[in-house]
Amino acid sequence: MQNTNTLNHPNFPGAHNIGRFQLPNGITVLAYSNMYSKSLTITGMLSSGGAWDPPDKTGTAHFTASMLLRGNANNNFQEIHEKLESVGASLTFSAGTKNTWFNGRSLVKDFPMLLALIFDSLTAPTFPEAYINRLRNQFLTGLIIRDQDTQEKASLEYDRALFGHHPYGIPVDGYPETIKNIQLEDLIRHHKTYSPQDALIAIAGALPLEQIEELVTSQFEAWDTVSPTSEPVFPEIHAPTQSIRIHVPIEGKSQSEIQLGTLGPARTSPDYYPAYLGNHVLGQFGLYGRIGKSVRNKEGLAYYAYSSLNALPETGSWEFNAGVNPQNVEKTIVLIVDEIKNYLERPVTKEELSDSQTHLIGRLPMSLESNAGIASALLSIERFDLGLDYFQSYADRILKITPEEILSVSNAYLDPEKLVIISAGANADHDH
Amino acid sequence: MENDIIVFKLQNGLQVLLKEIHTTPIISQWIWYRVGSRNEKAGIQGISHWVEHLQFKGTDKYPIDILDQTISRVGGVWNAMTHLDWTTYFETLPAAEIDLALDLEADRMQNSLFDETEINAERTVVISELEGNENEPLFHLNSAIQKEAFHVHPYDHDVIGTLQDLQGITRDQLYSYYRAHYQPSNAILCIAGDFQTSELKSKIEDIFSPIPNTVHHEESIPQEPSATQESRINLQGPGDALYVQIAYHAPRANDPDFFKLAVIDSLLAGPSPLVMFGGGSISNRTSRLYQALVEKDVAVSISGGIQSTIDPFLYSFVLTLEPGSDPAVALRIFDEEIERIQHEAVSDAEIERATQQAEAMFAYGSENITNQAFWMGYSSIFADYSWYENYVASLRSVCSRDILAFSQTQFAQKNRIVGIYTPTQED
Repeated sequence: MQNTNTLNHPNFPGAHNIGRFQLPNGITVLAYSNMYSKSLTITGMLSSGGAWDPPDKTGTAHFTASMLLRGNANNNFQEIHEKLESVGASLTFSAGTKNTWFNGRSLVKDFPMLLALIFDSLTAPTFPEAYINRLRNQFLTGLIIRDQDTQEKASLEYDRALFGHHPYGIPVDGYPETIKNIQLEDLIRHHKTYSPQDALIAIAGALPLEQIEELVTSQFEAWDTVSPTSEPVFPEIHAPTQSIRIHVPIEGKSQSEIQLGTLGPARTSPDYYPAYLGNHVLGQFGLYGRIGKSVRNKEGLAYYAYSSLNALPETGSWEFNAGVNPQNVEKTIVLIVDEIKNYLERPVTKEELSDSQTHLIGRLPMSLESNAGIASALLSIERFDLGLDYFQSYADRILKITPEEILSVSNAYLDPEKLVIISAGANADHDH
Repeated sequence: MENDIIVFKLQNGLQVLLKEIHTTPIISQWIWYRVGSRNEKAGIQGISHWVEHLQFKGTDKYPIDILDQTISRVGGVWNAMTHLDWTTYFETLPAAEIDLALDLEADRMQNSLFDETEINAERTVVISELEGNENEPLFHLNSAIQKEAFHVHPYDHDVIGTLQDLQGITRDQLYSYYRAHYQPSNAILCIAGDFQTSELKSKIEDIFSPIPNTVHHEESIPQEPSATQESRINLQGPGDALYVQIAYHAPRANDPDFFKLAVIDSLLAGPSPLVMFGGGSISNRTSRLYQALVEKDVAVSISGGIQSTIDPFLYSFVLTLEPGSDPAVALRIFDEEIERIQHEAVSDAEIERATQQAEAMFAYGSENITNQAFWMGYSSIFADYSWYENYVASLRSVCSRDILAFSQTQFAQKNRIVGIYTPTQED
C-alpha cells in the first residue's frame, strides 16, 4: 500500500488547525485558514427543510429558501445582487428534505459584505409579493422541463417507490399543483422554523482563524435564539419486500434512464464504510467498476452505468443507474441484477479491495484543494460527527475493511429479488 | 521556482509547460492535441471524439484490462475531453506517481492498438452518448444553429458527430486519423503541482524525446466568409417549454476584439465561466438582459456564452420562456438591449465591474492544481500562456469608445442566426 502517508501532509485540515467554536445562540462554527488562496468560502445548514411542508403545499421550504435573495430588511433585490455580482461574489440558498443550506464565496476584501448578506437574508427576509409570483412562474416552467427529463423522472419515481410517504419520497421542489397553492403566509410560517439552534457554519479561506471567529461572531451573535420547531413525525421506512418494476413513459426521447436499487446504510452507521468500499468495487472503480465492465465495456450498451451510495443522516439508498437505448432497457436491467447477484455470492477479491482502498486514500487530497472542498468537508465532519482528525484517520478506516465484512454488510442491504426498478423514456418498440 | 512557468520544446516538437505548486502533495498532468471537430471532414464527423475513447482501449505495454485501472489504483483520477479545436487527456494523482502518468501518455501517443472488437463495442457506447445528448431540446437547437452558421468551416457540426458517420467510420479511418494527429509536434504537455522542475524536466526529456515526429501539420482549414443576412430556424419537439437561441458570429480568442466581447458578455448576460474546475459561475441577475427579460416576466431565464476558439466561432444567448409565450415579444426586447449596446456608451464603471468579476473567477479557479494545469494547455491551443496571464489586464484596457464601434459590426443583424424551439403541437 503506497501513498497513505500523504494524508499526514501538514496543510490538511485536522484537529491541529481547524478552529471550532459555538455562539451563545447555538450556532456551531468550523473554520480553516487557507492563506494560499485569495478568497473565502462559507457553507452552512439549518435544521429545517421540505419535511416541514404541508402535503398540499409541497415545495414551501424550497420556495422560502429561493425567496431569501429577493429582498431583506436592509437590501432590495437589486441591491443584494449588485453587491454580489459587481465584485464576483456568489451566494445561494436552497432547501433539502431536512435542512436549508447556504453557500457563498468572495474575495477576502468582500467577505464582511457576504456575511452581512447571509445574516440579513436568513433573519429578515421581506418576501416581496411581485417576486413570489415571478418565482412561482419560474418554478412551474422548471417543473414542466423536469417532466421531460428522463433522469429526473426516473429519480423521482425511484424515491417515491422506495421511501413512500416519508419526506425522502417527496420532491423538495414540489409539484405544479402544490406550488400554485403556496402563498405569502406559507413562506412567513415556514421561515419561523429557521433557528440558530443546531445551525452549522463552515468557513475556509484566506483569513487567520482569529479574524474569521471575530467576523462570524460579530455578525451572527445578534440572531436571537428561538426554539427550533420540532421535527415532524414521519412514517417508518422499510426496504421493499419484493421487486417493484415501474416504467415512466416519456415519448420522443432517444435514451431511457434506468434507476434501480434499495435502501442503503446511513452515513453514521457502522455499515457505511464496508458498503462504501463494496460499492466502489461494484460500480465506481476505474470506469464504473464491475457494472461498467459489463454494461459499457463488454456489451457497449451505455455511455454511463454505475452504482452509488446515497448515505443520509438516518438511512440511505444504494442506487444503480444507466442511460441506454429504449430497446436495451430490459437487457441492461438483467445485466445489472446479474452483477449484483454475483457480487453478493462471494467476497470481492483482495486485489479489487486493495485497488479501491488505494484509490480512495490517494484521491482524498484532491477534494481538499479548494476552499469550497474544505468547507464542505468541515460541514460533514460536524454534521456526521466524524471527528476533527477525520482526514488523518481516514486511511486507517478504509484499510481495516475486509472482503468478508463487505460481503456480510452488502447482503444485509442488497437483495436481487427485492429491488425497486424504474425506467423512464420512450416505450420500447415491442410495447407499442 | 514556485509559481513560475517554465516553457520549453523538445527536438521532436513537443511543447512543454511546467508550474511548481507545493500546497498539496499532488500533480496534475495534461496532454493536449491540436485536433478536434475543426479537423473533421464530411463522412467522419465525430471521429476526433471516438479516437479519444479508443485511447483508453490499450497498448501492448498497457493492455486494456490494466490500462483502465492503472491510474485509479495509485489513487489518481483521469479523464479526457474533445472539443472544437482540441482533444485533451489528464491525470491528477499523488505526486509520487508522476512517472506512471508520463510513461502512460508517452506510450499511448504512439502505441494504441485500435483493436477491431474494441472499436465496435465503443461504437455503440459513443452512439449511446449521442442519444443522451439528443434527449435535450437545446442540443437539437444548438446543432441546427451551428449547421446554419457555417457553410464552409468545419465548426458546422457537433463534436459528438452524426449517427450516420458514427455507424460508418471504419477501423482504418480511426487509426489513420490517430496516427496523423497524435504526434509530438502536434501536442502540448502541461504539468502543475508538487515537483522539482529540473528533475521533472529531465524525466520528460528521457521519456518523450525518443518519440519520432513522423507527420508535420500544415492543415489548411477553410475560413467562413462573412454572413450576408440573418438566418432563422424553427424547430419543434417534445415537451412544453419554449427556447430561443440567438447566436452571433464572434471573434477568435486571439483577436483583440475578443476582450471587448467579454466585457459586453458580462454586461448583457453575466460573465461566462472562465474555468472548468472550481471556478464556478457568478449569477447574472443585474445583467441587462436579465433585467429586461426575467425581471419583466418575459423570460424565466437567460444565459450568454462566449467560447475561446482558434477560428471565429459563435457568441450565443439562450432564453427560456414560459409555455405559451410569444417568442417575438422576447426577441423584440432582446433587440432593444442590443441596440442600446450599439448606441449608448458603456461606462468605465461597467468595464471595471467586468474586470473585477474575471479577477474573482480566476482567484477561485487558481485554488485547484488541476485547473492551473488545464489553463496552461488550454490557452496555448488558441494563443499562448500570456493570454491567460494578461486576461484581466486585457479586459481593463478595453475602453468605452472601442465597445461602441465594435458593437456596430458584432451585433449587426446579418451576423446572427435566430433559432426557436417550440413544443410539438398535438393534433
